[in-house]
Amino acid sequence: MTVQTEQTKQTEQQHFERTIGHEQRIEPRDWMPDGYRRTLVRQIAQHAHSEIIGMQPEGTWLASAPSLRRKAILVAKVQDEAGHGIYLYSAAETLGVDRQDLTEQLIDRRQKYSSIFNYPTLSYADVGTIGWLVDGAAICNQVPLCRSSYGPYARAMIRVCKEESFHQRQGFELLMTMMTGTDEQRAMVQESVDRWWWPSLMMFGPPDDASPNSAQSMAWGIKRHSNDELRQRFVDMSVPQAEVLGVTLPDPELAWNEERGHYDFGEPDWDELSRVIRGEGACNDERVARRTQAHEDGEWVRAAAAAYAQKQAHPVVEERTA
Amino acid sequence: MTDHENAYSGLVEADSDARWAFGTGFDDPLAGIDASVPPGIDGGRLAAYCLVLGDDSLVMAQRLIQWCTRAPELEEEVALANVALDLLGQTRLLYARAAAADPSSVPALPDGSPVPAEDRLAFFRDPAEFRCVHLVELPDTDFATAIVRLFAFAAWRLALLEALEGSVDPVLAAVAAKAVKEVHYHRDYAARWLVTLAGGTDESRRRTLDAIASTWPYLDELGRADDVSSALLPSGGSADPRAVWSSTRAVLDQVLAAAGVPEPKGAPAGNGDSAGAGPGGRDGRHTEWLEPLLAEMQELARAHPAGRW
Amino acid sequence: MSLETAGDVKAEWPPYEVFVRSKRGLNHVHVGSIHAADDEMALRHARDVYTRRNEGVSIWVVPSASITASSPDEKDSFFEPSGDKIYRHPTFYDVAEDVPHM
Repeated sequence: MTVQTEQTKQTEQQHFERTIGHEQRIEPRDWMPDGYRRTLVRQIAQHAHSEIIGMQPEGTWLASAPSLRRKAILVAKVQDEAGHGIYLYSAAETLGVDRQDLTEQLIDRRQKYSSIFNYPTLSYADVGTIGWLVDGAAICNQVPLCRSSYGPYARAMIRVCKEESFHQRQGFELLMTMMTGTDEQRAMVQESVDRWWWPSLMMFGPPDDASPNSAQSMAWGIKRHSNDELRQRFVDMSVPQAEVLGVTLPDPELAWNEERGHYDFGEPDWDELSRVIRGEGACNDERVARRTQAHEDGEWVRAAAAAYAQKQAHPVVEERTA
Repeated sequence: MTDHENAYSGLVEADSDARWAFGTGFDDPLAGIDASVPPGIDGGRLAAYCLVLGDDSLVMAQRLIQWCTRAPELEEEVALANVALDLLGQTRLLYARAAAADPSSVPALPDGSPVPAEDRLAFFRDPAEFRCVHLVELPDTDFATAIVRLFAFAAWRLALLEALEGSVDPVLAAVAAKAVKEVHYHRDYAARWLVTLAGGTDESRRRTLDAIASTWPYLDELGRADDVSSALLPSGGSADPRAVWSSTRAVLDQVLAAAGVPEPKGAPAGNGDSAGAGPGGRDGRHTEWLEPLLAEMQELARAHPAGRW
Repeated sequence: MSLETAGDVKAEWPPYEVFVRSKRGLNHVHVGSIHAADDEMALRHARDVYTRRNEGVSIWVVPSASITASSPDEKDSFFEPSGDKIYRHPTFYDVAEDVPHM
């Protein structure tokens, strides 16, 4: 590659900033600062990994879903998550990385995925709660990303968000149904909400004053709202839903603040979040081990298909070597 | 989400229930369909036959679901889940048909239990009451065994469903017509993979040959005349297992030839003459693998006989 | 039949770009990419992933490496270092974004 002159670089930088300033999308072949590219690769890969690892907590319940209808809904949902992973890996690939490399970085734990998936799913109500709260929080995080400054990411997110809103409705509907069932089922729902409420709030990341990369990401249009803004939006959205459902959210400080026009809520346990991010969550090892196993067990299959395709494409060469 | 109104809106119809396996409501899968049993057909026999067909697809779906998060590539996750979803859908329709044709075929639960008929049939019958063939009970030891079994199953089920499009029971005929399109795709998917694996690397070929050798003995059962099919055959409600087997056999041979795989040793004669083979899945006698599979599947539902899900 | 060992074949499947025509009368629109070992498998994967087997839609798959692309903002591309060399896959080029409700 030829060395660029200082002047060209400056022009490109200006062009990039103008494009972002005009709320236009950056596309794969545009010049972009290295930091922008790196941040995007990290964020999109982490997001893709989260979709794929996120299949596991609910996947645990596929074999024992309690009705045929619920089983089918859960298969469809987990399948959607595989699809979302594919959309997102393909968006990351436009930045010059490839899926295989990203998968290896996940397996080697050089890249992360959302910490929420390191919590175990202990009852079938968790399937509903994950849909309602976890997918609900994901939607709050993700809808603004449909306007991400990077075109392929924004377009992938549009598809993801449309399907994700289905998941949230399905989850809520499962909990609603269980609440009309037996006392045991109602207790199961409450117990599940108790476990998932705080981890869901933590999905928005650390508080703004402790979030190191946020400012640059906002300036680049990779991120659109601050962690605390999104968290507040999620709480405001969830409280009335909890009332409809008839469950109690496990936060004694939760109260409507007339002056702010928002709900006040308690402080999540940030130490717990750091512990889970560091890999000390209940299921970190199990999740990565499962993904690693699938990748390794699949190696011979992927190799077989590649070898077969090569033979079909070059039949003459095969004959000669035979 | 007006933000999202753009070129993609035509592609992802988020507000349509169609892409969900069964929509989002609680509807009876046969809602709006005349479920009366046509004259000349015995409701009990028809129900027993629909259960047999539903048991095959349910247990096969349950096996495929076990691949979830374990498939060799992400695109295959999606493909295998699609097959499982189709088979679950077929199961629901067949169980609903069985329940309508003979309500006494549905297990009783305590008064007031809201568990629908299809779930009583799936979750509240014991292994000995299931009538699935042994082929669907086999555990998958690797992707080759999964593909070989799925291929054999889909080839056989497609032949069976094609025959059932002519059933004198209009409901069963309609269910078969819908399922034919689905299973066509399953057969194609598995056949292509079988040919690919057989012609890929040394390792994939070895695994494929092993899988064929371990699966083929279980095909014997598919060509046998069984009591449930035979009871319904004279009235035109069921398909003749022997005729179905001979069309299946032609497809198996064709694909094995394309894969360059020699005729497996001990291949079933498939002429229905294996009367000495002893009782099979259709008689309620199963392999050791069915019981744990059902135990896992039924555990939660059975713990809540008055539950709503 | 002679079979090669896996050693000299990469287990990785190449990317394909996927274009879908959702309804008759519309253009094929780029929807994303998938990985597959060959064209046949690419078509199946595209159908599974992007249309969930909705029959009646038309799908094109193109190996990502086969796409030649221009970028509207590239200036003097013959003489400047070419932007696309740093990318492995010329993918996701911008289709139809300026065409409302297509």
